[in-house]
Amino acid sequence: MSQSTPASVTADIAAKRRFRLKGGLSLWVGGALVGIALAVAITAPLIAITDPVMSANLMNAEIPPCWEFPFGTDAQGRDIYSRIVYGSRISLTVGVVSQIVNSLIGVSLGLSAGYWGGLWDDFVSGLTNLMLAIPSLIFALAIMAILGPGLVSLVIALGLTNWSYSCRLARAQVLSLKSQGYVQAARILGYGDLRIMFTQLLPNMLGPLIVIATLGMGGAILSEAALSFLGLGIRPPFPSWGSMLSEARDQINTVPWLSVFPGLAIFFTVLGLNLLGDGLRDILDPQTTTRR
Amino acid sequence: MADTLLSLDDLAVHFTVGSALAGGIKTLKAVEGISLDVKPGECLGLVGESGCGKSTLALAIMGLIAPTRGRVALDGSDVKQRPRLETARTVQMVFQDPYASLNPRQTVRRTLADPLRLQGVGNKAEVDGRVMDMLAKVGLRPEHADRYPHEFSGGQRQRIGIARALILKPKLVICDEPVSALDVSIRAQIINLLLELKDEMGLSYIMISHDLGVVEHVSDRVAVMYLGRIVEQGGWQEIFENPRHPYTRALIAAIPDPFHRVDATANRTKAKGEIASALNPPSGCPFHPRCPIKADRCVSELPALEAVAPGHRAACHFRDRTV
Amino acid sequence: MTVPLLKVDELRIALAGDVIHNAVEEVSFEIGRGEAFGLVGESGCGKSITALAIMGLLRRPLSLAGGRIALDGQEIQDASPSEWRRLRGSRIAMIFQEPMTALNPLSPVGKQIAEMFVLHQGASWSEAMDRAEEALRQVRVPSPERRIRDYPHQLSGGMRQRVMIAIALACGPDLLIADEPTTALDVTVQSEIIDLMAELCAAKGTAILMISHDLGLVANMCRRVAVMYAGRIVESQPAGAIFATPRHPYTQGLVDSLPRLGERAKRGRQRLREISGVVPSIASYPAGCRFNPRCFAATDICRNTPPAQTPLPADGLVRCHHHG
Repeated sequence: MSQSTPASVTADIAAKRRFRLKGGLSLWVGGALVGIALAVAITAPLIAITDPVMSANLMNAEIPPCWEFPFGTDAQGRDIYSRIVYGSRISLTVGVVSQIVNSLIGVSLGLSAGYWGGLWDDFVSGLTNLMLAIPSLIFALAIMAILGPGLVSLVIALGLTNWSYSCRLARAQVLSLKSQGYVQAARILGYGDLRIMFTQLLPNMLGPLIVIATLGMGGAILSEAALSFLGLGIRPPFPSWGSMLSEARDQINTVPWLSVFPGLAIFFTVLGLNLLGDGLRDILDPQTTTRR
Repeated sequence: MADTLLSLDDLAVHFTVGSALAGGIKTLKAVEGISLDVKPGECLGLVGESGCGKSTLALAIMGLIAPTRGRVALDGSDVKQRPRLETARTVQMVFQDPYASLNPRQTVRRTLADPLRLQGVGNKAEVDGRVMDMLAKVGLRPEHADRYPHEFSGGQRQRIGIARALILKPKLVICDEPVSALDVSIRAQIINLLLELKDEMGLSYIMISHDLGVVEHVSDRVAVMYLGRIVEQGGWQEIFENPRHPYTRALIAAIPDPFHRVDATANRTKAKGEIASALNPPSGCPFHPRCPIKADRCVSELPALEAVAPGHRAACHFRDRTV
Repeated sequence: MTVPLLKVDELRIALAGDVIHNAVEEVSFEIGRGEAFGLVGESGCGKSITALAIMGLLRRPLSLAGGRIALDGQEIQDASPSEWRRLRGSRIAMIFQEPMTALNPLSPVGKQIAEMFVLHQGASWSEAMDRAEEALRQVRVPSPERRIRDYPHQLSGGMRQRVMIAIALACGPDLLIADEPTTALDVTVQSEIIDLMAELCAAKGTAILMISHDLGLVANMCRRVAVMYAGRIVESQPAGAIFATPRHPYTQGLVDSLPRLGERAKRGRQRLREISGVVPSIASYPAGCRFNPRCFAATDICRNTPPAQTPLPADGLVRCHHHG
């Protein structure tokens, strides 16, 4: 920016500093944690010690963490480490896919409602408020009860119930971007409504939306855990972090490693996603807000 | 070919604001009863302060706001009936704020090429050629095409904004305060560029500005707006040398004269008080609460826009009184 | 020799970043008691942060890196935060471009004026409210007894700026700093506010430091004008002289480049004289004279050596190798 006011110079420098320190730190730590989780999910067959389901062996039941079984074994004698490694596939799939579904629904509704306004906007806003008023887990529970347990139902249930945040964000962004000169100019140049939405509005609001989606992934992984914990998520014997916790709930005092390690896996993945989201917000925000 | 490029006939744009629950519904007469012509190659200066309706008028001319009453004719045909892409080839706009008027995620090339493709120019070489021609015309270099807006200074961004407005070779360009957001030392560059392009491409301008120095410099004719109405219009020389509406005189008197320090003598023609809200306009002549020469008649009776000389009209009961 | 009210001497303001830049340097000027002084320049030239320095309001990444600021002969640049608080409002006051951001939106305007009397003069609230009403009357707000209870959002831009002036002048400060006070206002309202400010300050003997990008406006209101470019004062002259005989090429360019009312009638439409190039950013100030890349008269010495100040008649100065 070759022409700068003192205020914008200050802002530029402040933005750079955030990138280096605050945004940088949480971005890198969060990115590393998420990166490890992804790597584990992708390479699961290579790094797992045993098969997560078929390795049941009652001779090995409930062994505390040791050299052979680093995280111990469960009541069926299955290696907890290997089950967590395979479980990451389900937890991450649920987190990522359900958030993609949420974002698609939320952004299309919010973008169109903010751009067109009028009755459609009233309808979408009402629907959003309704979704926010019903606890999303209750809603997801109802959907799961209808669809039955399983990975696909989980993704559908969580993907249909958490779009209100991205919808609200998208709508608010459109309302502030709509009056910008370049959106007006596009109308004057004869751009159609859809073209304006996709070429002028959407690219300029992606930053905050990515942040919200990243933060939402952590929420979705926790919801998966909650639903599995309640017995409506992933059915045994297949491992997901939530279903492992659910199975371990009776033995939390006697066999603590059954719940501690899946709990830690969830904790670090969600922490990583939240840090990543925060870091992304810090580096994406100064660029997406148009300078005055 | 019509001899008027743009003709407004008793144009009015009203908005309803408020809700039945909170304070009741009011009508905002943003533009009220405006009749104007712009001829090919002509520059019409449009002067007025905030809330006078000039931005609404601009949107109505481009067919982006439907008029409540009256008609906008471009090139002889009603703007309501014209396809949007055809209107886009006839009238374009240059914006005030060069920072907010360019999409930060688009290169200059894309900003200029997309409108051409939308008009059905499919040949890549032709699109590229026209983009490069346009860049050269506004004083930018070919390598600027693949840069993003944040890499440019305010003045260069305004050049890009002008290139975008001219890429479809329109006949009429509405310039909305094109230099007031720019650094003072850059303004002359942009004004000179606009005037050069006008001659080169045979453009007509509507130059919206509150800077009377700029308006006098570029305009052939001038219209002064106050609270949605035209209060005076005429040739630039008549408006600036022999203004007949007290509001026009107040605008001229408000310009600081660097050779005369602030003193009391200029106060005779200055306007008093604040601009009224268009939601709640004063009775009679809308300017009367601020007018230095108001009489009883002004409070009750709205003056019509009537001729004081050929081509020079003013909406004031005392239009024949000179100061 | 009388002591000037404000004496700014070799002021230097640093902007910390990857590298430390001097946002303002070698800035010196004096303002006499009751005098109106104008500081003119484009965005980024350092005029606003000079004002912030005089108010003791520089915050990171900006900091005072050198020079002296003396009020009535007393150096204040190293004052403690509590001393600054006493100075601000009672002896130096400031009004800003956008009054809406400077007023508290949750407090009635009368209370915000009265607060000044309570804070700086120990008045009781009931007495302060009476004086606030009087202050609103002085800045010609119609029916002040009702307006005193209004919140900022209920007032128009011009009215808000009047309230800001009332707050600024409440305690009879010696110096009023006005940073682009009318840029956000309509032209007819602008001239009223300027007249009001000039009149009130003349009546109270308050000196004005007027900061603006509008050379015409400043020359119209002030006795002396200094022009800043890229962090330095390039020229300072009495207001009349700066328009009639500008000595620095930048000032000459500013005076010539804007269409002035009446010019076209006299001489016909002439091409405006342009200042070429762009305003440099703080990270890319050129060596030598900072105006040299845009200057029509630049020679080798301009590209290598920063020009020194040359005194002009009537306490003026110019910073140019080829001042003519």
